[in-house]
This record gives sequence, C-alpha cells and structure tokens, in this order.
Amino acid sequence: MTAALRFDPIRLPPECEVLRKEVRAFLAEEVARGTFDPHSPQGQDSDVPGFSKRVGERGWIGMTWPKKYGGHERSFLERYVVTEEMRVANAPTRRFFVADRQSGPVLLKYAPEHIKMDILPRICRGEVCFSIGMSEPNSGSDLFAAKTKATKTDGGYLINGTKIWTSAAHVANYMLAIFRTSPPTKENRRHGLTQFLVDMKTPGIKVNPIGQLTGKADFNEVVFTDAFVPDDHALGEIDGAWKQATSELAYERSGPERFLETYYVLTELVRALGEAPDTRGAEGIGRLVAQLHTMRRMSVSVAGMLHAGKEPVVEASIVKDIGTVWEQQLPQRVRDLAAFVEPDASNHEILDTVLPFAMKVAPKLTIQGGTTEVLRGIIARGLGLR
Amino acid sequence: MAESENIVVATAEKIFTDLADAQTINRDKNGAWKAPLWQALTEAGLPLSWVSEDCGGSGASLAEGFGVLGAAGRFAIAVPLAETMLAGWLLAQAKVSAPEAEMTVAPAGPKDRITLDADGSLSGRARGVPFARAAKHIAVLASSSIGFTIALVDAAKVRIEAGLNLAGDNSDAVSFDHVQPVAIKPAPKGFDQTTLMLMGAVARSLQIAGALESMLDISVRYSNERVAFEKKISKFQAVQHNLARLAGETAAAMTAASSAADTIANAISFDDAVFLEATAAKIRCAEAAEKSAAIAHQVHGAIGYTLEHILHRYTMRALAWRDDFGSESYWAVELGNRVAARGADELWPLVASR
Repeated sequence: MTAALRFDPIRLPPECEVLRKEVRAFLAEEVARGTFDPHSPQGQDSDVPGFSKRVGERGWIGMTWPKKYGGHERSFLERYVVTEEMRVANAPTRRFFVADRQSGPVLLKYAPEHIKMDILPRICRGEVCFSIGMSEPNSGSDLFAAKTKATKTDGGYLINGTKIWTSAAHVANYMLAIFRTSPPTKENRRHGLTQFLVDMKTPGIKVNPIGQLTGKADFNEVVFTDAFVPDDHALGEIDGAWKQATSELAYERSGPERFLETYYVLTELVRALGEAPDTRGAEGIGRLVAQLHTMRRMSVSVAGMLHAGKEPVVEASIVKDIGTVWEQQLPQRVRDLAAFVEPDASNHEILDTVLPFAMKVAPKLTIQGGTTEVLRGIIARGLGLR
Repeated sequence: MAESENIVVATAEKIFTDLADAQTINRDKNGAWKAPLWQALTEAGLPLSWVSEDCGGSGASLAEGFGVLGAAGRFAIAVPLAETMLAGWLLAQAKVSAPEAEMTVAPAGPKDRITLDADGSLSGRARGVPFARAAKHIAVLASSSIGFTIALVDAAKVRIEAGLNLAGDNSDAVSFDHVQPVAIKPAPKGFDQTTLMLMGAVARSLQIAGALESMLDISVRYSNERVAFEKKISKFQAVQHNLARLAGETAAAMTAASSAADTIANAISFDDAVFLEATAAKIRCAEAAEKSAAIAHQVHGAIGYTLEHILHRYTMRALAWRDDFGSESYWAVELGNRVAARGADELWPLVASR
C-alpha cells in the first residue's frame, strides 16, 4: 500500500550548483541596480517587466520546454534551483512565474501549433503574463460547479459569466480558463467544461480589482460579457477539461513556492536571536530548520520524479499539504520565539517590518491552488480510502 | 530507497516475514521467536553488515545496511539487530574485529561519557543503552586525554541496571568500573562522540520511518474493514483527513531518514551536510512519530489500545526510539546553535547545499 508513496533521495547534479551560482550572481546584480529589495516580501507579487525580460534573456523561463518554442530543454531539477533561489531572494517573479509553471505546459500539451509558436517564445522572453481562471463566485474548490458559459457561435465562442479571485488578471496578457460548453450529465458531473486560452485584450472583458486583507489588490473579479474566443483557442477535448486539469497539478503543487512563501521570517528570526541564542531560541530554530530541510527534500524528490517522467500526484499533494501548513504556521512560531528579544537591539528591525505582512499572507496559503481539504481528499483517494 | 531491488534488504525482509510476524510474536508469551530469528539473521550475515569480511563481517555497503534498518523498522524488530550493526560499524572504524553474537553500543546518549584510564581500563556510566542485557559484547567509544578510542568490552564485565523503554524492550544503564576491554584501538582522526550519535540517530530515524510506514498500512487497512454508523469508517471525511495527515507525516519521516542515510552513504566525512541531514532526520522523524502514533491509535479506537492488537508494537517503538542517540529536543538545540553561529544569511546556503 505505502509502496505507492515514494520519496527517493534525489541529489541535485553538479550542473545545478553551477546554475545556482549564476542565479545568485544575477539576483545580486538586480538588487544592486535597485530592481527589488530582498528584504521586502511584498515585492514578490510586483509586475516588473524589465526584470522578467532579463530573466528571459538568461534562459530561465521555459527552461524545460523544447527549443523549438523558445525553451531550453534543461531539467526539472535545474528549473527547481532557479525557482527556489528567486523565491528566497524575494524577487519579483509575478510576470512570468504562472506561465512558466503551469500555463506554458498546458499550452505545450493542448494548444494548436501556430498558437504554441506564437505565445510560448514570448513567455520564454519574459514578455507575457498569465492568469488562471478557475474559481467563480459560487465555484471555488468545487471546480466542476463552474457556470461561466462558452456558447458556440460563428468561428468561436461567446463567453458570459464571472471568474473571481483571479490573481494577476489586472496585469495579465492571457488567461487560461475553464468555461461551461455543455451541462453536466447525470453520470458525470465533471462533464461539460472546456479549457480555453483567452486574450485579455478581447472586448467584453472587465477586470475589477478586489482588495485583500494585506492592503493589496492582487486578485480580481473578471466579468465576461459576450467576449469572443476563436475556435482554435479551445484547448484539448471539448467538454473534457476534467481529464486535463489534474495532470498539471503535480507541477503546480510540489514546487519550492509551496513552503518558502514566508521563509524570510525564519531568516530574520535567526538574525534577531543573534549568534548565541538561549536554549529556547536554539531549539526553536533547530526544529524549524529540520522541518524546512525535510520539506525541501520532499519537494526536490518530487521534482526528480517529474524529471523521470512520472506523475507523482499524491506525493505532490502531500508536499503542498505539509508545505503550506508549515509556511502558514511559521510566522506564528517566529513570533513566539522572538518574544524575548531585547527590544532596544537593532537586529530585529527587519523582522518587525516583515512579520506582520507574513501574518497577513498566512491565511491564504492553505487555500490557493487547492485547499488543504481538497488535498487531503486527493491523498485519501491515493491511499485507497475513496 | 530502492529496497526491492536490493538483495541484502530483500533477504532481511524475507527473514522478517518468515520469522518475525507481528501477530505471532504478539501471541508468544515466552519469547520463543527470538532465537530462530537471530540465528537466521546471523546466518545471513546481517548483524555484521557493516563489518568488512576480513574483520569477521559480511561487508555490505552503508546503503544496504541502512535499507536493512528501514525494513527492521517496518517489522518493529525487537532483537538487537540495529544495535549490533552500529556496534560493528563502530568497531570497524578502528579496525577492531567484531565477534559474532549480539552486541550493543555505549554510550547511547550524547551526555554520557566513558573514559579511558591510564591503566588501559574503562570507567563511566551510560544510560538508556538498548539491549545491553541481551548483548554478549559492548562496543564502546571512550575519551581520554589523547583523544577517542574504540573498545570491545565483554558484557559480563560491566554492571547492568535493567530498564525498559516504552515498548518493553531492554534499555539499560551500564556502569564501567575500571573494566579491561577485550580489544582497544584509537578512533580515526576526527571521529568523536557526535559522530557516533549522528550515526545512531540516523539508524533510529530509519527505524522510526519504517514503523510509521507500517502504522499507515495497518491503519488504512483497518479503516477499510471497520464498519460504524453503517459504513466503513474510511468513508468518513474526518477519518480520511486524519489518515492523509498520517500519510504526510510518514512521507516526511521516510524522506528525512532516507535522505540522511543517502548523505552518509555518499559522504567522505561527517561534515556540515551530514550534521544537517542527520539531525534534521532525527528531529523530524521524532515529531512525525508523535503525530502518527496519535492518529494511528485514534483510527483504531479501543482495539488498538489492547495488548492483543499489534498496533502498539509499532507505535510504542516509534515513540521509544526517539530517546536513543539524542532526542529531538537535544538535536534541535545543537542544530539551532550551529545555524545561529553561521548567521542569518548563511541559513539558505546551508539548506540549499544539496
């Protein structure tokens, strides 16, 4: 039974360490030129086109994709190194990250050739930003309850309805969305949804920002009113999106971004407690580092399995479940452990600035990209319980 | 780990399946299962896996031996297999020949010290030494003014105060009062008590991870059999989510332990990378043991709390093994101090070092 659970100890190959040095040097240059502040986690979600283009020039977007489409045919493990270094540095990856992680791979698999030739190279150059149109006002985790309609018309479809909680829709050039092309059947309630590529410049699309409790407005309501999407923008099987949606989850769920989102507060805790912490502080740091290290080894292991062409859906769900719960609790643990730092000391100034932001970000981490409840359902299915 | 491809591990699993069936052992009140199991393990050369052939062992690789320990955990093996393997490994560091019978190692905790006196005898006390009473010999790491030495001691020469761990396995206090060793040689350069504790910690981590794998299996199976409120309890979402968490903790323990074992198997010395891997493994496996034992028992309800049911063989050992070769709290302080001494900006380079 547990033979199904595999987390082989993957060692990153030497080329990854060469690459890691290059990425760190590049990020240091970007910090030096003032592109972003490595001590400010708020920058991660900023759209910085110049930075994206320079990352693209380095060949670090679409790293695993075929060269024919602007990719670089490098390994999942090399991509992993770039992703984790960018995340830990608080680099502004907004413009390219979603396209690199999941939209590009979907297009590679399902888009017609001329669309692949058009869009994928632009993703690789860091020019285009993608958003993901899944949730609707009455359809969040229950993806297959989506109602936004794609009605067949001459040469394409007319889209009507509303997507919500759509991250980056306000800056995105494209959206990958699922729309209802047929009603569900009695036998299969997942039937009737189709995946589409939507150009955000299409008339009839209105993006309304939604304020978040962090004070920012990174997610949006997207209203479609007779927005026209051409036939060749339907991706994969008509009415059969449910067959496609799950395979990309292993990519989406197991990456370093699933446990590093609040990492900066751990760095700052170590800074605040100084080089000779008391027993309580030392034990706290030790446990957190052990947990972090284990998470990363699990996540690298999944990357290794993806590299080997496997689809470790259950393992990936486990990584996201444990990883997001950990990164959610981390700010609270850091707060506990920092409770007795000398108030007048200067080495907790950064912590004081970033901890409240991490606290505010924390609640969303176990919701976005598949809630904890959904993940545990997937794991339970993998265990043979459902 | 690629256990199934590995002939040494497959041999161990075959012996465990044939001679260490949990149900049989659980019903056997007088320990009749022990002698045939040990004999089969000895015939297969497993207790001295990590001793070279010219020193009396079977010369298996570190990786193969680690695989055996994982399997021993999956079967909650309660004979001094891990202890004899560690003892053999310790003796092999100084090229001291290993005898064939049951052994254990002292010290088994980071705070205990055995010292080498000027007359060549050993003194000191080691607590929580697993299976000391069952051992014919003890492999000892002793300190002296000229550094660490590795000694083989006849167990009849030491004073043993009997104790039991949570699972009812021997965990004894061993006193050395000017004991003359059978053999003694200097430890290799750089080998100290931390080295021994890290190796022991990884051994216990692998055993804990193995026990958790079995706890998950047993719990999933039980939930698919047990009917309550007119359906299998595996159909209740609350039970499913508990089992999903158990799977997550099991996965974390498996990953941490096998990653640490892989690091040691491929390392030239017990460097910073080994320290991080081994301490993290012991910390994370111990944390996983706590959460997993609670869930496995919760899923089983009252039946899992009985002596008759096999569940306690795994849960109590997973919990007990946390205490050997440095607890998770001990290692967390050590790791935390190292991280703090390196400084905040050196944390990520350490974590991302492999």
